[in-house]
Amino acid sequence: MTDPITLSTLDLETKDKTFLDANELVINMGPQHPATHGVLRVILRLDGEKVMGLECVIGYLHRGVEKIAENRTYTMFNPYVDRMDYVAAVSNGLGYCETVEKLLSVEAPPRAQYIRVILTELNRMASHQLWLGTHALDIGAITPLFYTFRDREEILKIFEKYCGARLTTHAFRIGGLQYEAYDGFEQDVKKFVKFVTPKIDEYEELLTTNRIWVERTKGIGVISAKDAIALGVTGPVLRASGVKWDIRKAQPYANYKNFDFEIPTGQNGDTYDRYLVRMAEFRQSLRIISQAVDGLPEGPVMAKVPKVMKPPVGEVYHSIEAPKGELGYFIVSDGSTQPYRVRVRPPSFVNLQALDVMCRGQLVADVIAVIGTLDIVLGEVDR
Amino acid sequence: MNPVATPFFFYLLAGTMLIGGILVITRRNAVHSALALIIALLAQAGLYLMLYAPFVAGVQIILYAGGIMVLFLFVIMLVNIERTQKERQFNKQWLVGVAAAAALGGLFIAIYTKGKGIFPGGGMPPAGLEGQNTQNVGVLLYGQYMFAFEIASLLLLVAIIGAVVMAKKRI
Amino acid sequence: MQPIIDYVTSYLSNKTQTPGGAGNFFWAFVYILLVFLGLSVAVIAMNWLERKILAHMQVRLGPMRVGPHGLLQPIADAIKLLLKEDIIPAEADGVIFWIAPFIVVLAAFTVFVVVPFGPTHAITDMNIGILFMLGVSSLSVLGIVMAGWASNSHYPLIGALRSSAQMVSYEVAMGLAVVSAILMTSLQGQGLGLYGTGVSDATASGTLSMIGVVQAQQAQGVWFVFKFFPLGLIAFGIFAIAMVAETNRAPFDLPEAESELTAGFHTEYSGFRWSLFFLAEYSAMIAVSSIAVTLWLGGWLRPFPNLLSGSTWDLVFNLFPAITFLFLAALCFYSTSRMPKHPYFKIQTMGLAGFGAVLALIGFVLFIPAVFIRVQDIYWFSIKVAAFMYLYIWYRGTFPRYRFDQLMKVGWKVLLPTGLGLLILTAAMGMRTELWTGVAMPLWHWVASIL
Repeated sequence: MTDPITLSTLDLETKDKTFLDANELVINMGPQHPATHGVLRVILRLDGEKVMGLECVIGYLHRGVEKIAENRTYTMFNPYVDRMDYVAAVSNGLGYCETVEKLLSVEAPPRAQYIRVILTELNRMASHQLWLGTHALDIGAITPLFYTFRDREEILKIFEKYCGARLTTHAFRIGGLQYEAYDGFEQDVKKFVKFVTPKIDEYEELLTTNRIWVERTKGIGVISAKDAIALGVTGPVLRASGVKWDIRKAQPYANYKNFDFEIPTGQNGDTYDRYLVRMAEFRQSLRIISQAVDGLPEGPVMAKVPKVMKPPVGEVYHSIEAPKGELGYFIVSDGSTQPYRVRVRPPSFVNLQALDVMCRGQLVADVIAVIGTLDIVLGEVDR
Repeated sequence: MNPVATPFFFYLLAGTMLIGGILVITRRNAVHSALALIIALLAQAGLYLMLYAPFVAGVQIILYAGGIMVLFLFVIMLVNIERTQKERQFNKQWLVGVAAAAALGGLFIAIYTKGKGIFPGGGMPPAGLEGQNTQNVGVLLYGQYMFAFEIASLLLLVAIIGAVVMAKKRI
Repeated sequence: MQPIIDYVTSYLSNKTQTPGGAGNFFWAFVYILLVFLGLSVAVIAMNWLERKILAHMQVRLGPMRVGPHGLLQPIADAIKLLLKEDIIPAEADGVIFWIAPFIVVLAAFTVFVVVPFGPTHAITDMNIGILFMLGVSSLSVLGIVMAGWASNSHYPLIGALRSSAQMVSYEVAMGLAVVSAILMTSLQGQGLGLYGTGVSDATASGTLSMIGVVQAQQAQGVWFVFKFFPLGLIAFGIFAIAMVAETNRAPFDLPEAESELTAGFHTEYSGFRWSLFFLAEYSAMIAVSSIAVTLWLGGWLRPFPNLLSGSTWDLVFNLFPAITFLFLAALCFYSTSRMPKHPYFKIQTMGLAGFGAVLALIGFVLFIPAVFIRVQDIYWFSIKVAAFMYLYIWYRGTFPRYRFDQLMKVGWKVLLPTGLGLLILTAAMGMRTELWTGVAMPLWHWVASIL
C-alpha cells in the first residue's frame, strides 16, 4: 500500500516500537461487515491492534447516477438524486432543484422556500438521528438506536403525509413545490418540535456524560483544522475541528439568511466533539424549524417555469449544507432538454478521504468508531 | 464422610493421568498435546483430593489447569501448526532420554520397595484432616514457614519485574 | 428393600448437613438433578426476561407472538436450535471443535456443586468451596480458547484471544476481592480473633467453604458488604465489576463485539453447539452472581436480620415467597384481562390464565408453614441472584462497550491496585486491636521516651 497523503499526522511509524512490532498484518474489513455502514471495504494495515494505515475500496454501490443524468431531462433526473444520500433525500432534492433554478434564473416563491427549509431541517434531524443510533450501536450502546428511530418515525410520518413517501421523498420540484402543504402541516411540525425537544435531552442523558462513551470517543479520530481543510472535509466533521464553516451562513440559500441560528463548533476535532456538534445541530435545526413555521408566508408554491426546460448554454455550481457537509451540484447545459454533464460533489465521499488520517495510530475498535462518526452513506459515496 | 470405592477411583484417575501423559508426548498437534496435558493435570487434582489435600487440588486446578495452560494455549495458537506437523517428532537425544527415564523409574521403584515400611499404612487419616486442611496449610505457611514463604514470593516478584523489563524496552 | 428405604429416609430425619456432607448418595443425586433442572429453568427464564426487559428499556415490546407475551419463545428457540443443521467448517479441527462447547458447559455447571442455596440445600459443602468455584469456572477459558482456535478462522481466533486475556486478567482482581471477604470470615466471634481469648487457632481461622462463609456472616451479625464500611463495599464493587468482565457481558463484551468481531469465538458455531455456549454463558452469570451473593450479601439469610428481628418479623419475611408468587400470579391475571378479546387469541388467553393459576397454586402452597420454613432460604438466595441478573440486563441496555486496551487498563491499573490496598486495609482492620496494642502503643511509648 502506498501513502498518498503526507500530512503532519503520519509520522507515527517512528515512535512506539517494541519487539512485538516485527510483523505487520493486513486485514480486510468489509464490504460485508456490520460496522461499515453498507458496503464499504477497508483494507487495514495493522501493527498488533494499532492501525498503521488504511485504504478504502469503494464502488460496490455504484449506479452511475451522474451518467444517468445525461440521458434524462432536468425534471426526470430529479427523483434520482434522492437515491444518493438516501437518509437525507430531501437535502439532495433541494440542492438539485436550486442548482437548476439557478441555471434557469428563476427563484422559488417565499412560501415554497419556507416549506423547503422546514422539510430540509426535519430531514437533517432524521439523518442525524440515524447517525446517532448507528454510531452508538457501533460503540456498543444498543439502546440509543431505538430511541432515535422512535423519534425519526415522527419525521418520516410528516414526510409521508406531505408527499406520500418516507425515504426517497422527491419532495421538491424545479421552481418550487409540487404540492401545497397539507392541512394541519404547521400543527404537525409544531407538535413534533414540542415532542422532540425533551427527547434530545434523553439521548444526551444516555451518552454525553457516560464515562465509557467519553473514553471511547475523546481523543479518537482527531483531525486538525488544517488537515480537514486540506482534505476538503466539510460539515459537522469540519466544524468539530473548530472551523466555523456552514454554507447556510457562508453562502445563504433558500432564505436561510432570514433565520436566526448559530453554527455549533468544537475544538479538538475528535469523535466526541463531532458528537457534541451534531447534538447541538439538533437544537439549531429545531430553532430554524420553529422560526420557519411561525413565519410561514402565504402565497403560491410554484414559480413560473416552462413545461419543457431548456436552460441557456452555460454551467453553474451551487452547493448547500446537507446534513453530512457541503453537497454541491455542477451542471453543464448545452441548451438542450437534457444536461450535458452533471457532477455531484457528495460530502460523504470527500469526508471519507479523511478516514486514513483520522485512523492512523488508533486501534481497530477506533476505526469502527471513526467510520461511524464520519457519518457516511455509501449510496452517496459511490453514487 | 467415609471413602467409597477408593481403589477404583485411584486406578481410574491414575490411568487417566498416564494416558494423558502419553498423549502429550505422542500428539503431533501441539493443541491436542495441551489438551491431553490438561486432562492429566485434572486427574492429578483428583488424586490430591483422594489424599485428603483439597487445598492443593484446588490450587492445582486454578493455577495449572486454569492459568498456566491458558497461557500455553495462547502461545501455541500463534504457532504455525502445519509446519510443526511435518517436523520429525523424535530427535537424536532419544537415547539419553530413555536412559534418564530408566534411571528415574529405577529410583522410584527402589524407593517404593525399600521405603514401604516408612510410610503409614492404610486406614483412615486422623479426623479433621479433610475439614481443616486449608486452615492447617494457612497456619503453617503464615506461621512456621513464614520466612520461606516470603522468600518464594520475593523470588516470583523478581521474576515478574525481570520479565516486564526484558519484554518492554521503553518503560 | 427396607434397608434402602431406611437409607433414603435416614437423611431426611436428621437433616443437619448437605447430602454430600452426610455421604448420602441417593439424596446427592436428587439434589444434582434438582439443581440442574432449576438451572435450566433459570436459563430459559433469563432468556425470556432479558429479551422482555431489554425490549421495554428500548421502547419496544420484545417477543409477543409465541405464547402469551412471548412466554414460549425460549422453548421455540431451543427447538429451532436443536433442529438446525450442525455445521463444522471443513478446515476446522474436528475433535477440538466438537469438544470445546462441552468443556465450557461442564465448567459452568460443575461449579453449582458447591453453591449454597441454604444451610442444607447444597449438593455438598467443600472445605475449598470458593477456591473450587473460582478454579472450575476458570476452566471455561480453555473451552473458549479451543473453540476460537479450532474454528480456524480469523475472527473467532481474535475473539478467543481477547476473551482469554480478559478472563485471566480479571480473575486476578476478582481473586483479591474474594480474599478480602475470606479474611473477614476469620473474625468469627467479633473481636475473638486468632489472638483472642479462649478460641483455639484452628476454629478461629477463617473458612473457604461456601456454607461457612454465610454462617460466618450470620455469626457476626453483618453481611460482609457492610463490614468495615466502606471496605466491604469496595471489595464487593470490585467483584461486581470483575464478574461482568469475567462473564464477557456488556460493557465488557469485547469477545463478542458484533461491530468488530462479528460474534467472537463462537462465530463458526451453529445449532446445538452454539446453544451450549449460550447455556454456559448464562449459567456462568448465575454462578458468579451466586459467589457475590454468598460472599457479600449474606447468601440465604433474609434482609434486615438485626433491624427487624423478632418472631413477628420472622413470620413476615417467611411469607415473602408466597407473596411473590401471588404477585406474579396477579400480574398474569391482569395481563389475561387485557388480552385481545378476538377468538384468535383464545388459546393464548387461556394459556396465560393457566400459567397464572399455576403460579397462584405455588403461592398458596408456600403459605403452608412446613413448606415455607424449608424453602425460604432458597427463596432469598434466588431473589438476590435475580437482582444481579437484572443488573446484567440493565448494563447491557445502558452502557457502550469498552475498548480492549481500556478494559485492560481498568483491570490492571484500577481494580488490581484497589484490590491490593483493600486487602491490606481489611487485614489491618481485622487486627486493629493487636496492631494498636502490639505496634502502635509501644511505638508511641518509645517515641515519648525519646522526647
